[in-house]
Amino acid sequence: MSDAPRALRPPPSLVALAAVFIAFWLAAASLPFLWTAWGSLKLEGDFFSLVSWKDAFFGPRTEALTGSPFTFQAYRDVWIGQEFWRQALNTVVITLGVTIVSLTFGTLGGYALARSTARYAFWILVLALVFRAMPGLTLVSGYLLPFFEWNLWGHQWTTIIVLVALNQPFTLWLLHSFFLSIPRDLDESALIDGCSRLQAFRMVIMPVMWPGVITTGIFSFLVGYSDFVICAMLLREDNQTMVPKIIGFLGTTQQPGQVMYAVAATVSVILPLLVLVMFSQRRIVGGLVAGAVKG
Amino acid sequence: MPHRAFALFILPSMLAMILFIALPLVSVVTQSLHVEHPQVLAQYETCDPFGCKTETRVDTEAMAALNAERPLGQFNGLRTYFGAAHLAVAELGAIWSEAPDVGTAVAQTLNLPFYRALLFTLIYTVVVSPLSLGFGLLIALAVNILPRETRGGVIYLTLLPMIVPSVIGALTLFWMIDQRGIIGAFLQWITGDDGLSLKSSGPLSWATLFVHGVWSNAPFVFIVFFAALQTVPRDTLEAAMVDGASRLERLRLVTLPHLKPVATFLMLILIMDNFRVFESIIGLSAAAHASSLSTLIFFALRGDTPLFGSAAATSVLTVLCIFVLLTPSLRSAWTGFRSKA
Repeated sequence: MSDAPRALRPPPSLVALAAVFIAFWLAAASLPFLWTAWGSLKLEGDFFSLVSWKDAFFGPRTEALTGSPFTFQAYRDVWIGQEFWRQALNTVVITLGVTIVSLTFGTLGGYALARSTARYAFWILVLALVFRAMPGLTLVSGYLLPFFEWNLWGHQWTTIIVLVALNQPFTLWLLHSFFLSIPRDLDESALIDGCSRLQAFRMVIMPVMWPGVITTGIFSFLVGYSDFVICAMLLREDNQTMVPKIIGFLGTTQQPGQVMYAVAATVSVILPLLVLVMFSQRRIVGGLVAGAVKG
Repeated sequence: MPHRAFALFILPSMLAMILFIALPLVSVVTQSLHVEHPQVLAQYETCDPFGCKTETRVDTEAMAALNAERPLGQFNGLRTYFGAAHLAVAELGAIWSEAPDVGTAVAQTLNLPFYRALLFTLIYTVVVSPLSLGFGLLIALAVNILPRETRGGVIYLTLLPMIVPSVIGALTLFWMIDQRGIIGAFLQWITGDDGLSLKSSGPLSWATLFVHGVWSNAPFVFIVFFAALQTVPRDTLEAAMVDGASRLERLRLVTLPHLKPVATFLMLILIMDNFRVFESIIGLSAAAHASSLSTLIFFALRGDTPLFGSAAATSVLTVLCIFVLLTPSLRSAWTGFRSKA
């Protein structure tokens, strides 16, 4: 804080202490991923060495078998051999579906909640908060039997709509707080000029809402991309997404190399997220703050 | 906004929540009052050159017909709730009347699957939520006094444990602490104990789960606290300093009270999220030592024959627990709203 008055500035010893603590935390936050990425370029015999923990660093077996201490063997095995690209495609479908439907429902609802002065608007928000507390598995045990009976189980669109519904509470809260920051005068003047509510919403409000919509969209994307419980329980083997599939690699009987499928697939799942955060760090932070503080 | 327009705008969102959150709760309650049909047995005669014998087998056709006719199974009342897999009333009675002392009785009670899961879930929630809140606050306070130029990078790396799917984050930790993983093998090498494993002991796997919980919750807490720290009124801080308040006193008397409303909200969210602890147990393969209410439901549904009635009863009990847990927070949110209005 360079603009703080001199006396408010922390003493150097405190800054040093903070720096050490933060360095420790950043190592804890990032090393597991770096280490997994490093290990994904080794063979199982080195990354999970029975001989010595040092093998994972130098990769003696990897070098002996492939001629280099680094190999893309695990990635070839999982993406081509295990056809992991199928799960990647399924994830794209689920993620796109969740983002689009979630934003459509959420902007309409969030707008209504932000513009209504009625008491029930508050109660709907509280109800959404209570719904948010329901653990996914509790609801899944409610879905399965009816879904089996009515032949809804195992379809991607069912999973999409379930994920959308489960995350509507958060989406509504977030978009509601973004809509609150847009002055009411804007839609009122549009209404006076002869727009219908829907026209005012579409042509006047939405164009200035893009930042909020993009932020909410990132969170919807993350929901579809990261989900484990719902996808694992509601999708079939052949339209499964990436995250449950990784657990699937580990679940079956251990064969040599099987764990490396999971390692390479894990790194493949994390990499797009690293890129996403790099480009949308500010929006993610802004969204978390808007959802928690203003809400 | 007129009521009609409001209703039309909120309709898709409400419909989705009612269909897939509210109605499933009704379905869960209904299912919990039913139990799977008993197996239909039939006599089959098999003959081979050495003679004929009859054997009793499950009549799969009759079973299929029965299940198609009444998929819910047969009505069971509240028996599932009181049965051995859940509240275990009969077992509890036996334990508490026969056990030699209270310690044994408590230990035996906690061997019952439902109570074991409830205990772990509660301890996890009660330990991890405040620890995450405190740890996230420490990170926020520390980053706040570091030079501004470091913030972008620090926030980027800090977000990672939150952005990466929980089960994937748990896996990366698991591979490190595995006996053949870098930390696990290193610990064995240092201690010279080849049998040392973080997975094989109960307390150690609980500790690992707690650490993972704090690790994955801290980023969210940090971000929210850090934003709130930027709005601490500087005038008040300066006035407190002029009045002779030390750095620690300023933190305690000015900064922390300013963060309190945010902390209440964060605690509510943390309790909600930690009570559903599940993915880390799967990712860390800790199900042998730690079962939560969510894993009970998961394994009941994932068995060879899914036990819908049993899973549903656990779900209903879970929802009841959540309401009990959230009542104080919801009440304080309500009084907050009343005082604002």
